[in-house]
Amino acid sequence: MIQQSNNWVPLFPEKASSFAWQVDALYFYLIAISAFFTVIVVAAIFYFAIKYREKEKFQNGAEIHGSLLLETTWTAIPFLLSMTIFLGGAIVYYNQYRPPKDAMEIYVVGKQWMWKFQHPTGQREINELHVPVNRRIKLIMTSEDVIHDLYVPAFRTKADAVPGRYTTLWFEATKPGKYHLYCAEYCGLNHSGMIGWVYVMEQKDYENWLAGNVSSQTPAQAGRELFEAKLGCASCHQQTDQGRGPKLAGLFGKQVKLTNGQTVVADEEYIRNSILNPQGQIVEGYQPIMPTFKGQVTEEQLVALVEYIKSLGNETASMSK
Amino acid sequence: MEKVEVRAEQTKPNYLNNGYSVWSWLFTKDHKRIAIMYLISISVIFLIGGIYAAGIRLELLTPQSDLFETGTYNKVFTHHGIIMVFLFLIPAIPAVLGNFLIPIMIGARDLAFPRINLLSLYIYWLGSAIILWALLQGGVDTGWTFYTPYSTTFSNTYVVATGLGIFINGFSSILTGLNFIVTIHTMRAPGMTWFRLPLFVWAHYATSLVMILGTPVVAITILLVALERIARIGIFDPTIGGDPILFQHLFWFYSHPAVYIMILPSMGVISELISNFSRKRIFGYEFIAFSSIAIAVFGFLVWGHHMFVSGQSIYAGLVFSILTMIVAVPSAIKVFNWTATLYKGQVSYDTPMLYALGFIGLFLIGGLTGLFLGAMGMNVHLTDTYFVVAHFHYVMVGGTVLGYLGGLHYWWPKMTGKLYSEFWGKISAMLVFIGFNLTFFPQFILGYMGMPRRYAAYPPELQVLNIFSTAGASVLGVGLLLPVIYLVHSLVWGKKAPDNPWLLPGLEWRTSSPPPTENFEQTPVVTWEAYDFSDENGLDVEKVKKELATV
Repeated sequence: MIQQSNNWVPLFPEKASSFAWQVDALYFYLIAISAFFTVIVVAAIFYFAIKYREKEKFQNGAEIHGSLLLETTWTAIPFLLSMTIFLGGAIVYYNQYRPPKDAMEIYVVGKQWMWKFQHPTGQREINELHVPVNRRIKLIMTSEDVIHDLYVPAFRTKADAVPGRYTTLWFEATKPGKYHLYCAEYCGLNHSGMIGWVYVMEQKDYENWLAGNVSSQTPAQAGRELFEAKLGCASCHQQTDQGRGPKLAGLFGKQVKLTNGQTVVADEEYIRNSILNPQGQIVEGYQPIMPTFKGQVTEEQLVALVEYIKSLGNETASMSK
Repeated sequence: MEKVEVRAEQTKPNYLNNGYSVWSWLFTKDHKRIAIMYLISISVIFLIGGIYAAGIRLELLTPQSDLFETGTYNKVFTHHGIIMVFLFLIPAIPAVLGNFLIPIMIGARDLAFPRINLLSLYIYWLGSAIILWALLQGGVDTGWTFYTPYSTTFSNTYVVATGLGIFINGFSSILTGLNFIVTIHTMRAPGMTWFRLPLFVWAHYATSLVMILGTPVVAITILLVALERIARIGIFDPTIGGDPILFQHLFWFYSHPAVYIMILPSMGVISELISNFSRKRIFGYEFIAFSSIAIAVFGFLVWGHHMFVSGQSIYAGLVFSILTMIVAVPSAIKVFNWTATLYKGQVSYDTPMLYALGFIGLFLIGGLTGLFLGAMGMNVHLTDTYFVVAHFHYVMVGGTVLGYLGGLHYWWPKMTGKLYSEFWGKISAMLVFIGFNLTFFPQFILGYMGMPRRYAAYPPELQVLNIFSTAGASVLGVGLLLPVIYLVHSLVWGKKAPDNPWLLPGLEWRTSSPPPTENFEQTPVVTWEAYDFSDENGLDVEKVKKELATV
């Protein structure tokens, strides 16, 4: 493939994710279709324009009104081709936007004008993201203020980071290197400064990097501290079912029955909403007495709490074994 | 003898010599005078928008943010977008060419509601004045898309004032659309059946439908933004209970169809030019007419393709993507029919035709790159990059602006009674075409390379392509300034235009140049099809040829 650094005029970006080739293949398919139609139409225009140029002033052209056969042909062919484009686009999109189950999860918080990353092992980074090569990575993203968008051209993927909700983006880097990271959704004054680098490293280098950036706390540990001490969640959400609030151990990923009869899956978004807007979804058998924590916890603290509650799920699972 | 002729010319009544006072213009109910006032206003607006464009291209000449502070740059691209989209592209062809020509083309004396037509001009002036005032006071930095919660909570600029201007301007659009629809339904001359209408009129009919159905939605959206900004009522900002994605749905529900408000009238112009400069009937008249309606209808159902990366559900995305592919088909039908019209024609290459052929080439690229963006997996990589910028400039400048210029040149002799310099016309058309491609083609590559839009600074490896783009913009700028000079020049020094300079069958060519205030001395009775070049078209060919011989 063409390397951008070797070219005076770069024409093609680096390719460094598992699905990048699919996006490129679709791109070349679209270029081929575009070239096909452009050549046909432009050639026809030039041919007709020269062959049928005005021979004598104010002489009239032939009396032709149209042709149903031609109209049908040039309706059907573009329609069928456009459906193949639609299908190709849908398949690639599905691969880009359906995160695999076994991915390593990294939390991302966008804020004017920086990207904050939190690794599950506690390392924190700003505007730099270190990831191992050939490993599926899932980014769970939100924003503290306006809409941002995390974009890595070499991975051929991007997704908005939207305030008030979690969105996800996944990739599997295939080539060690240093790649541009951009904010692609206009976010105010220093939008073009909300950039950084993704460092894709061999597993060994990655482990060295992790070891050299030991963090005092993992997100789950920070979440535990908030849960038990700072926010006092533990006074209601106890280890048993006897508390005023539901037991949270083993909750993550389970179905939860609500007082209104609905059943929802307890995912990151659900936990986040239950902290910020507890009255919105009341678990069956409990009273709507939990106060809101809106304005009292930052997005990073929310991430820590979510991670802590997720880790409770793991502990019970391992205990039952 | 010569003196007598001059006097005869001066006394021949037309809409221009029917009163010279300022009041005779400001209080006119004549659609032609209103169109001329729109033409002047829109040209000034286009110049202002163009200066902002020059600012953008100069800043991007170097990778660092150096010409402007980044905050200023953000305002520059926002102002460029707001001025060009809301004040130029949306009104340009309907308010100038549509206003002037629709009544004449259907054989009517004026639009159905002449006073409302004047009102819509005043509303346009008021809305534009408020927007320009807001920009002078310090401007706005949200991008023309006003995405929330940035616009409602975080931006410290004149969002509400600018929004008010756009809100007011919307009524100008709605009233113009309403006026066109009623006029086309009720004021057609005897014999002017629906399928004898020039395609320019069909295109404006479709445009008008979009104007009156879509514009109220953007008005409501702006109102909601103002409510949240002023009264802190939680609609879009999640910290006060709103949903930021809701804004995008409402905004694009109007702003995608708005693209068709901009391009459909231009397609109407191109149908006129291609057919008349090939001197034969347009190929597949009904298919072109109904493809306009199809675009107007399907155009309302594709707004979600702006939101593939915003967290919209995959299934909603699938529906929007497939509908986006379908809306491309009627555009393709038009391009093929225009091309086929040239077949066995008698094609001449006057300035308007050069613009028309340029339009086909650029619109082809603009439309095909729309397929790239409509394919979901491709869109994820390309959205919010320079690919999108290049794509919509191919459609909006390559499409709308070329159509507008082609139409303006084509009907200039009719509108002003003067002939412009063919030589400079051709030079300008070619400069615009070359300059445009040099400006925007490199941006497709920049987009695939991943250069995000709305960036004041960019990675240094992308500089060469940006230099091409800025160089092209200079050529484009010269190409666009030339018509201002030679067209204005023609008003004073131009030769007097004959009534029918190209011996064409359309109704507008059967009245004098410039037309009298009442358009026709007597109501025409139409017995011929649109673009009828046969001997049955009722045209006194010998008389026209005699007049042309004297020019």
